Order: sequence, then C-alpha cells, then structure tokens
Amino acid sequence: MRFIDEYRRGDVAQKLAEQIARLTARPLKIMEVCGGHTHAIFKYGIEDLLPEQITMIHGPGCPVCVIPLGRVDDSISIALRPGVIFTTFGDMMRVPGSRTNLLDAKAVGADVRMVYSPLDALKIAKNNPGREVVFLALGFETTAPSTAMTVLQAARDGVKNFSVFCNHITIVPALKAMLDSPDLQLDGFIGPGHVSTVIGTRPYEFVAREYGKPVAVSGFEPLDVLQSVYMVVRQATEGRAEVENQYGRCVSRDGNRKALEAIFEVFEPREYFEWRGLGSIAHSGMRLKSKYAAFDAELKFEVPGLRVADPKACQCGEILKGVKKPWECKVFGTACTPETPIGSCMVSSEGACAAYYNYGRLSKIVERSA
Amino acid sequence: MAEPFTPSPLFQRVERARRRKPHVRDTHITLAHGSGGRAMHDLVEGLFLEYLKSPLQEQLEDQAVFEIVRQDYEGYSDSPLRLAFTTDSYVVDPIFFPGGDIGRLAVCGTVNDLAMGGARPLYLSAGFILEEGFPVEDLRRVLTSMRDAADEAGVHVVTGDTKVVQRGGADKIFINTSGVGVVGSGVLISSTRAEVGDKIILSGTAGDHGTTIMIARGELELETEIESDTAPLNSLVREMLEAAGRAGGASDIHCLRDPTRGGVATTLNEIALGSEVCIEILEDRVPVREEVKGACEILGLDPLYVANEGKLLAVVSPGVADAVVARMRENPYGRDACVIGEVRAEPQGIVAMRTGFGGTRIVDMLVGEQLPRIC
Repeated sequence: MRFIDEYRRGDVAQKLAEQIARLTARPLKIMEVCGGHTHAIFKYGIEDLLPEQITMIHGPGCPVCVIPLGRVDDSISIALRPGVIFTTFGDMMRVPGSRTNLLDAKAVGADVRMVYSPLDALKIAKNNPGREVVFLALGFETTAPSTAMTVLQAARDGVKNFSVFCNHITIVPALKAMLDSPDLQLDGFIGPGHVSTVIGTRPYEFVAREYGKPVAVSGFEPLDVLQSVYMVVRQATEGRAEVENQYGRCVSRDGNRKALEAIFEVFEPREYFEWRGLGSIAHSGMRLKSKYAAFDAELKFEVPGLRVADPKACQCGEILKGVKKPWECKVFGTACTPETPIGSCMVSSEGACAAYYNYGRLSKIVERSA
Repeated sequence: MAEPFTPSPLFQRVERARRRKPHVRDTHITLAHGSGGRAMHDLVEGLFLEYLKSPLQEQLEDQAVFEIVRQDYEGYSDSPLRLAFTTDSYVVDPIFFPGGDIGRLAVCGTVNDLAMGGARPLYLSAGFILEEGFPVEDLRRVLTSMRDAADEAGVHVVTGDTKVVQRGGADKIFINTSGVGVVGSGVLISSTRAEVGDKIILSGTAGDHGTTIMIARGELELETEIESDTAPLNSLVREMLEAAGRAGGASDIHCLRDPTRGGVATTLNEIALGSEVCIEILEDRVPVREEVKGACEILGLDPLYVANEGKLLAVVSPGVADAVVARMRENPYGRDACVIGEVRAEPQGIVAMRTGFGGTRIVDMLVGEQLPRIC
C-alpha cells in the first residue's frame, strides 16, 4: 500500500540499525513520549533491531493510561444518569475506575456508545433532542482541536442537549514535570508526531535549550521511529542538543494555526490536572472557557469529583517515568492482566505494560535488561 | 527458517496468567463475552462447561463428532457411522451487507462448522426469532439467500421453528441453524493434532468479512469495494481431503478451523494451546486485500484479528502441504491459498510472528474487543 509499505521495509531497517550501532558504544536511554510510538515499537519488534547499548523508555504519552481513577468514576456517574447518552472512544470503555468501568455501566443499563469522532456525538445529540448527549473528551493536543471544532459547531447550530466532559491534557507541562523529576535519567527524546502536527516543534525547544537533551519528532511507521532513534543517537554522540524534525511530511515548526486557534477559542488551562501515576501537574489540563459553559458536562451535571488514590499495588507512576520496567511491578502478569487490568498501563494497547504483556514475551530486550 | 525463539524471563509469568483456570468474575454479561476472544473463552470454559459438561463438549471443537452404531433386534450391528453435529446463532447487524446477508451467513456458518470436522454436511435446521414489525419483503430476501446458499453447499434445510417477539425484544431477525453431517473413515481432524514441522495453510485473504461489516454499519462513511467472503467451504474441504489422501493420507490434515470471530490470530492460538505447540507465522505471507489493509489502518484494527466467514486454516503434514495447496487453488474459495507458517516445538502454546520489518512478536488471543455484531 502506498505511503505505508515504504515505511515498513525490513531491508532499510536492517541498514539503519547497523548505522545506529556504528554511531556509539555508549549506553543511551531514549524515551519515546507517545503511546503511539510504544505501540509501533512493539508491534514491529523494533527493539529487536536496536543495538544492545540503546534502551527505549516508554513514556507517559498514552492519554488513556494517564486518566485518573476519579475522572473515570465521574464519567460512569454521568453515564448512569437517566436520559443520558454517553459517548466515548473505544479504548476508554474498559479503563477501570475505582470500582467498575464504562463497559460494565453499559451492561447494567447505561446508554454508552462508542464513537470515532466528537462530531458523531454531536450528530447523535441532534438525532435525539429529548436526550442529553455527553462526549468524554480526552487526549493531548492531537484530539483537542476536533473537540473544540465540535463545540463551536454545536454553538453555531444552537444544540442544547450536547456537552463535553473535558479531560484534554497538554504535553509540554508533562514533559517539564518529567525533566524536573530527580529520579529521571534520560539521554534524549523521541517527540510525539501527532501532537506536533498541531503544536509544531517549537514548543519542545526548551528541552534542548534548558535541559540539554536531544529531541527528534517522529512519525509512527516503524522506519520513522528507527530513523528518529538514529537522529537522537547522532546528536548525543556529536554532543548536540536540538529539536530535529523527522516527521517533516506532516509537522512544521509552528504547527497548525487553525487547529491552535480552535483550541485557544474554546479551552483554557486548568490550574492543576491530575495524571494517573504522575500526580498533579500545573497547567497540564484544559477546560472549557466560561463562554462555552453551556457545553461543559462538569457544570451541567453534578459529578462526584472525588480524588481517588491510585491502587497501592500498582506502580504505573514509576513505569510511566521509565524508572521501573513493567515486569518489575509486583502485580504485572499476576493480578494485573489485560483482561483484568489494575493499572491503566495495562488497558490500552499503547500502555507500556500491555505492550510488554502482549508482545514482550520473546523480546531480547527484556532478557537483556532483566 | 530463522533462529528459534527464545522466551524472555517475562514468559513464565505471563504464561501462568494466560493459562489460569478460566473463571467468570463478572457480575453480568458484557459485549466482550461475545467477541470470540478471551472473555468468551472464560465464559464458555468457566461457566457453560461447569453445567453442560460432556466428554464431547470438552474438546471445544466447532462441532461434535461421534459414532453411532446401528443395532437391529437380532443383535446384528453395522459398522459404526461417524456423525458431526453443530449449532450456531446469527445476529449480525446490519442484516444485509456487501457480499451477503444474515441468511447466507446462517447457512454457510453452520455448513463450515461441520466441514471443519472433515464432515460432509447433509441437513440443517433453521430457527427464526423475528421482531414485531419486521418487513416480510426483507424476510423474503433472507430466505432467498438461505435457499441459494443451501443449494450451493448441497445441503437441505429440513426442519425449522419461528418465534415472534415484541418490538425491541430482538433486533429485526435472529437465526439459529444446526446441522448434521457424516465424517468419512480415515479423517481425523482436531485442534489437538498439530505436530512439530506441520505447515499452516490459510485459504485466502484475511479480514474481509469483519471489515465489510464495520464499513456497512455506515458510521465511518468510507466508500470501498470490500465484500464479505461469506461462503460454504465444504467442497474445498472435500477436495483438500482427497488431495491429502492421494499424497499421503486424509489423516495428514491434522487441524481445520474457520477463523471467524477473533480472526486468524485467535484461531491459531486455540490450535497452539490445544496441541501444546508453538505456531510461527510470517507476516509477509498472510494475504490481505489492499482495501482491507487500508480500512484497517484507518480503523486501527489488525487484519489478523478481524473475522472471516469464508476462509479456513489448515494444519497439515509437510509431506502433503504442496499437494493440498495446489488443489485448494483450483477451487474458487481457495484461489489465494498459501502456507503462512509452520509448527515448532517451543515455546508451547503461543503464536509467534516474524514481522515484515525484521522483528518478532507474539500474536496473542484477542482481549475484550468492542466490535459490533459481525455474525
């Protein structure tokens, strides 16, 4: 298939891997921030190709993985209200709250529907004027523009029965929090590609400037990831720290102005937002501006809004920061499995734990670092 | 082939979890219990078998195969007759889709479940649950396809039942079909028979049916020309058994399964676990239509996990593999048949894939998929 196959060529991958190996003998730890990259790394077995000295650390960029228990409970409480049609993306359905998940809520009578886009949710609202339709919005700047556009559309069309339960988060404060964390030891970053199509590469420049870490913003095909690893390793060995753009076919330095305008029109930063495993991070969450309060599900419905502590046994936080490997968590593969996840890293296919559980059993990299 | 797989230290831990005794912890049924993946296995093995246990049932094949000995009053008995028996219910939404409809599916699905036991399908029953208000014109269309599919497969629908429920009590039309067939002597097919060195054959492209249904639901507004592969596979199976018989023996066909819900990946896992072997497949060898690849890229699906309704997986002795594949390719339903991998000894119970990219990964059973009703 065009635009796909050329980025998955095994022969090119082999050559690239050899070049990476030739660049350095020094052990380097590189974090891929985005869950999409984690998924690609495991799906294509990229770690098998990397030389021994390169270790990939799987970062916090899976929006499903970092949504805290309390917010899942709030979602379920909205979904269970009579008359509500609750809509969300498919991978959110199985994310555990403190007691249950949305799939269970659906089984006991909540009208929970899977949608592919917030516009689908708006369409459902228009088709069901007698019902309240709520969209569970989540994700980084990648998905925030589509939520923003949908709210703007709803406002234009005067739709009264549509609202958004907003859990959008932003990548830069999270990166900053990670870089400030004293237990973090990283030599460079693979920057998120999809987020960067919206925000551009400029927002990461502080990583290179202030923290002296190389960054390569990467696409999601396996050769993209491998080439980005090459770029970071080359920077590290040459003693450079810059933001390089591997994903030039989609990403520019300044991002997508229209999408950013929509975000700024509809959302404003929250003072704090809680991340599962990472705790509260200042200015890392978005909420609807008061101008669009009519579409804010948190104002429209009473949500419990309780802060629920992460399960004690679960070590998602250390895993998200790359301090611990998934299998070093006590419940990994025992109490916590993809069928009955305790931590959210086990739920989504982009979560590090699920990736190791599903794909990592033959991985050389595990053997090496265990 | 390349170097053998070496399990990582993670392996034991995950394997223990994977092989945990199936247990239903849920307090109510969710859609995941019907998806053909892990949750459904837990439901069947952890609950249904607890109450409805029989030696035949425990094998968990797509059909039960048993012998019947006819005995007359003088005590004279014939040689035993081997029968295959199966049942399946069809609730697909939408009921009409490119390449088929619920009627064609209801006949082909049960015919195929019989054929996968190596049986020659003979007679079907058909039970209908109709929702109040369902248009008779639609029912006529469904019945026409059932008749045509039965004619094509050479089976007869010989008994039936109809119930009508109140509006909302069912969704338009649900169909249950059961079927019986006879199994020839020398045929010995079971998902426990895969042996080291056996070849894995896939009869054609993966993922056509499930992708068609996803698109036919209209939620994505994609326009494609993908069609469901719904088809009766009994003639293909008969020809495979003949070809194997000539090249070695009919019993050289060790396992036959149609990869319906859960797709090729889930079915291979069932065989790997049933036979306690490792199944190795090569990603590049698995045929997938370009349109299906594209749709799956957009939907975030892996064609290996997407349902098929006119494909089969066969595990055969290496000595007969070429003859079987060659014969399959002469059948319209086996034109794209090819060997996609082989059986290895270790690590037991898993399906491993060499990716086209040069890496390796495990292809596990589907976990709790949210796909809508596909069959």
